[in-house]
Amino acid sequence: MSKKAENKEGFFRSLLRQQIFIPLAALLILAVFNLIMDPGFFRINLGPNSAGNMVLSGYLITILDYGSELAILAIGMTLVTAASGGQDISVGAAMAIAGSVVLRVLCGTNSRPDTLQAPIIVAFLISCVAAMLFGAFNGILVAYFKIQPMVATLILFTAGRSIAAWINNNELPIISDPVFGYFGNFIPGIPVPTPFFIAVACMIVIFLVLKFTNLGLYTQAVGINADSSRLNGLNPAFIKFITFVILGLCVAVAGFIKVSRLSSINYSVIAKDIEMDAILAVALGGNALGGGKFNMPASILGAYVIQFLTTTLYKFNVQSDALPAYKAVVVIILVVLSAPSVREYLGRIGKKYAGTRKEAA
Amino acid sequence: MSKNNKNTATGRSFRISHMTDTNLLLAITIIVFFAMYIGAIVFQGKGFLKPQTFFNILNANAALIVGSCGMSLVMICGGIDISIGGVMALVSMCCAVYLDYQGGNVAVAILIAIGIGLAFGIVQGLLVAYLDIQPFIVSLAGMFFARGMTTIVNTQPFNVKNEAFTALKETRIIVPYMGSVNKKGIYVNAYIEIGVIVALLAVVILFCFLRWTRTGRHFYAIGGNSQSALMLGINVRRTRFTAHLLCGLLAGIGGFVYFLHVGSGSASHASGLEMNAIASSIIGGTLLTGGVGNIIGTFFGVLSLSTIQNIVASAGLDQAWWTGITIAAMLCIFLVIQSIVMARKNRMSR
Repeated sequence: MSKKAENKEGFFRSLLRQQIFIPLAALLILAVFNLIMDPGFFRINLGPNSAGNMVLSGYLITILDYGSELAILAIGMTLVTAASGGQDISVGAAMAIAGSVVLRVLCGTNSRPDTLQAPIIVAFLISCVAAMLFGAFNGILVAYFKIQPMVATLILFTAGRSIAAWINNNELPIISDPVFGYFGNFIPGIPVPTPFFIAVACMIVIFLVLKFTNLGLYTQAVGINADSSRLNGLNPAFIKFITFVILGLCVAVAGFIKVSRLSSINYSVIAKDIEMDAILAVALGGNALGGGKFNMPASILGAYVIQFLTTTLYKFNVQSDALPAYKAVVVIILVVLSAPSVREYLGRIGKKYAGTRKEAA
Repeated sequence: MSKNNKNTATGRSFRISHMTDTNLLLAITIIVFFAMYIGAIVFQGKGFLKPQTFFNILNANAALIVGSCGMSLVMICGGIDISIGGVMALVSMCCAVYLDYQGGNVAVAILIAIGIGLAFGIVQGLLVAYLDIQPFIVSLAGMFFARGMTTIVNTQPFNVKNEAFTALKETRIIVPYMGSVNKKGIYVNAYIEIGVIVALLAVVILFCFLRWTRTGRHFYAIGGNSQSALMLGINVRRTRFTAHLLCGLLAGIGGFVYFLHVGSGSASHASGLEMNAIASSIIGGTLLTGGVGNIIGTFFGVLSLSTIQNIVASAGLDQAWWTGITIAAMLCIFLVIQSIVMARKNRMSR
């Protein structure tokens, strides 16, 4: 009996120690909350959408759909956090730039083209290059000029949306070709939103990269102690730089999905406040925001949990402008719980509790 | 004195390396500001020669000066606070709602402003100093919380029609001997608003505080090296808490100054102000890594920043995006200059 109980406790303990436990628990809490408030939250319908395709709809599908950009960003943000010990707060602005570049290439000189001026893949690749260049700019400031990541990215955070507007001469191009909309909505005949597939593809790529290269090991080594990793023959500056470039690539993919959703762009609104969500996803994944070890699946799950939270708040008629206030409270609770001194205190209480239980037994 | 002479004899570079970090960066800032203002006079013509142009810069940026002072305090301690813009928006909205709907008096509104600022300062200071959470994360959450709360308090922007408040807002303090003759040939007095007095007071008080009080000196010690400050017996946590508390308080006061200048409440007020405040502090010679900085420098940082904005505006590049790009470019240049200057200095003194 006692052995069984111990085993049970051991299993629970090991689950608790798993990093992925934090986002899972958050997901569970949100799911139970929604189940109690309104079970209709989990209903999924199959029906024709405005374009006449048979598609799945429902709150869960919305989460999978709109969580995709966030999951893609979380991949890059996790790497940057792990290597540099800071976060990139320019991702929203950089997404505006990437989206603006895509539209600029597709539209050419005309802002309302009847036909696309360039193949979509070319536009996407050019926007990738542009976003990676901006990522490299951040990376150089952080890695070689040794400026704190958040302050270095503050530059692009301020200028990004202005640059995005400047790329298109402050016009609002609209793409009428329906093919362009497939990437952010639905491909005819497939009932699952396309962004989800793109996100899955990104996850597979990053999984393979982490599995077959030393990227994961090196970023963690640099994040834990840059000096000792240098003495072990790594180049910390280059590793930091490369994580920012990878984040740039993630930003380009996410930005592409974002502009594809509307086939247009609004410079001041597109991907607004997404930097907060991306950082929150990394924090919710249980990764140390001060750099070092990271857990990629936990971050990605964290991103979907954040979207779950957003969708839940929207469902309860919270205004979109007021959303940040609620999320800020979540962030504060999370960081307080993960603060070293609080953790130590909780651990002590847990031990005392376990001790009294043992005595009772 | 003899030591000084020896250094001058050995060459210029040694003289630079013997200047304290604070003075070196302060000197750069002041030179940049005067160069820029003279450049503006030369290239943009007469507008910048009028004293009122200068006073208008002060009038429009009084809140920024107050906020930047708070930012500098925190940055000297090695932290950062990006919530000040949000706090200012929340303060102006709460004061506006109070004055307009409740018809209350201005003194209570000032108390509300200070109370909100102090609340943010206390919470953020506790989290940063006693729980060791990164200041950037804490204040990022603070910024989003304040912005969100502002829309929860009231969604629509609106003007305040309280008489006592309007009278205070319209109060002009005339600066003697600085007036100019306008196009019709009438002599117009130069004026500043009440907010400017508050801002200048803040600058002077904080300058004295940092230079001559024990806590003020502790700020520099902690920013320079918190470990050795701890070993010197300085209460690092309490000092850090004080810095965030003061920053919150100044954000509250700055919020009221902002409110006094615009006379309305809106969720989009003071957007990006934290960014300008950080830029001003950095341009003013405060090091991001902490331990180096000067309130006078911050003051000149604000002036430089707003001067370049005025130049951009009067050069006809009035589209909104140019302001963002110029500030970002200037911040970038100064960050890089700081990084290079400090690296060179470290190498020289080694």
